[in-house]
Amino acid sequence: MSGLLKNALTWADDRFPLSKVWNEHLAEYYAPKNFNWMYYFGSLAILVLVNQILTGIFLTINYKPDAQLAFDSVEYIMRDVDWGWLIRYMHSTGASLFFVVVYLHMFRGLIYGSFKKPRELVWIFGMIIYLALMAEAFMGYLLPWGQMSYWGAQVIVSLFGAIPYVGEDLALWLRGDYVISDSTLNRFFAFHVIAIPLVLVVLVFMHIVALHAVGSNNPEGIEIKKHKDKKGIPLDGIPFHPYYSVKDLVGVAVFLFIFALIIFYMPEMGGYFLEHANFVPANPLKTPEHIAPVWYFTPFYAILRAVPDKFLGVVAMGGAIFVMFLLPWLDRGVNKSIRYRGPVFKAAIVTFVISFVALGYFGMQPVTALGTFCSRLFSVLYFAFFLLMPFYSNIGQDKHVPERVSDK
Amino acid sequence: MSEQVVNKRRRLFLTAAATAVTGVGAAFVAVPFVASMNPSARAKAAGAPVEADISKLEVGQLIRVEWRGKPVWVLKRSEETLTNIANAGDELRDVGSNESEQPESCKNAGRSIKPEVFLAVGICTHLGCSPTFRPDVAPDDLGPDWKGGFFCPCHGSKFDLSGRVFAGVPAPLNLVVPPHKYLTDSRILIGSDGGQA
Repeated sequence: MSGLLKNALTWADDRFPLSKVWNEHLAEYYAPKNFNWMYYFGSLAILVLVNQILTGIFLTINYKPDAQLAFDSVEYIMRDVDWGWLIRYMHSTGASLFFVVVYLHMFRGLIYGSFKKPRELVWIFGMIIYLALMAEAFMGYLLPWGQMSYWGAQVIVSLFGAIPYVGEDLALWLRGDYVISDSTLNRFFAFHVIAIPLVLVVLVFMHIVALHAVGSNNPEGIEIKKHKDKKGIPLDGIPFHPYYSVKDLVGVAVFLFIFALIIFYMPEMGGYFLEHANFVPANPLKTPEHIAPVWYFTPFYAILRAVPDKFLGVVAMGGAIFVMFLLPWLDRGVNKSIRYRGPVFKAAIVTFVISFVALGYFGMQPVTALGTFCSRLFSVLYFAFFLLMPFYSNIGQDKHVPERVSDK
Repeated sequence: MSEQVVNKRRRLFLTAAATAVTGVGAAFVAVPFVASMNPSARAKAAGAPVEADISKLEVGQLIRVEWRGKPVWVLKRSEETLTNIANAGDELRDVGSNESEQPESCKNAGRSIKPEVFLAVGICTHLGCSPTFRPDVAPDDLGPDWKGGFFCPCHGSKFDLSGRVFAGVPAPLNLVVPPHKYLTDSRILIGSDGGQA
């Protein structure tokens, strides 16, 4: 480093812990040396968050949060604003890929036991991020003011109306009107562009601070902090920068490849990322023949529809999300990673994945007798996975977890 | 000068008192912000009654009128439909409309002032979708027992042609019948049932 730069750094370090933060979180943050490809999704989630914030800022420059103007202003961005279509597709594709990345990130945590002691708070912060992300996505979906925007918001806000006693008043308060209207659109815009993004950024910060305090888990589920050298550095750890910062760049390249492919060749993803009915302006007098939420909400939507009672349906839907918060305390298994867990737990994970995907599928389909039956079956399996976990999770824990991460 | 003794109880009291006062203050400051999200005066004033002209309404026809931003259906029913409605039984959750919202004058089997003319707010009592009008008898998707009614595409709730909900569907209540009155034989005022408009 040249003398001038070194002096500038010393000057800054005397006034702000620049080198200290850099070292603690990057250059001297020791992560297990055996991360595999499933560890890409954390940094990819940050990348997508940055994409959403940047493209979002540029969309607000031309978007109008007004029930009379919103739909046309989105079409204006698509047709008349230079590169507007690209910025908008980056934002809409980014929203769906955010959930792809986050679901894979959560699945990684699930199979390698990354939520288990001492990482319970990392999981809890992550779950709150997931909730905030769902709120962010839901409110953002109202903004184009298409038919799906309108009726989706109508259904979701009505969910709050199912709460006994206070529900109707709460739904009224959320809408700011007796129906989804201009005031609802305007306030959802405010929440979508400023309130929730701020919350998300703070939560991501806390998620990372908590992770760096306890250290990362790994595919073997071995605590690398148990074996340290004389300087206190984990023997099986390598500094995040440059080892993982460079590795993650490869993940970023692959991700951007897929991202670009979708943006340029299938931005609507056959109606899964941008639903066809949303190209029709909102009409409060007519619900589309078939309405379904965007794909990332459909598992929970299927659970809602599976219950033939308004209040209990909402309870089941909320419970399906809430039960995930309890994961660190439901899993009684000693070994963290699926690599060292018994066949019962592995079978449970497979059942859970099948149920989640199947619920996602049936949540997209119109109501049929067979679909309702299947939704009920998979809802039961979904809840059984969590609620029976205290009983099955410690079966077959006889595999021995090695002390050290081995180089094979 | 007296000895420096820390009075811990007094310190604790002052800290607790300051915290409590701050908390109360914060709660009061929150009130205007929370209240600002309630429906505004303009939103509240937008609920004025609207008129529907039914002079051209044919038997079996349904028209939609917008009232308070919601669809209000006006349907003219046939004699056969009225017979079906009168004979309905246990397949409905609340045949007598005891739990649902309707004007006192409409608390009958047809849920209407004039038997043949039926009005309802076209919003499902489940989660607020607008059900589709399905007057066709025994269609493939609704089964052989279907005598015409309303079907909610969102979550599969079913209602008969007087807006009464079927048992075993997610919607808990019959459709809402709005307050309304006949100005003449062919003009209905929706949103007011007499007295004060």
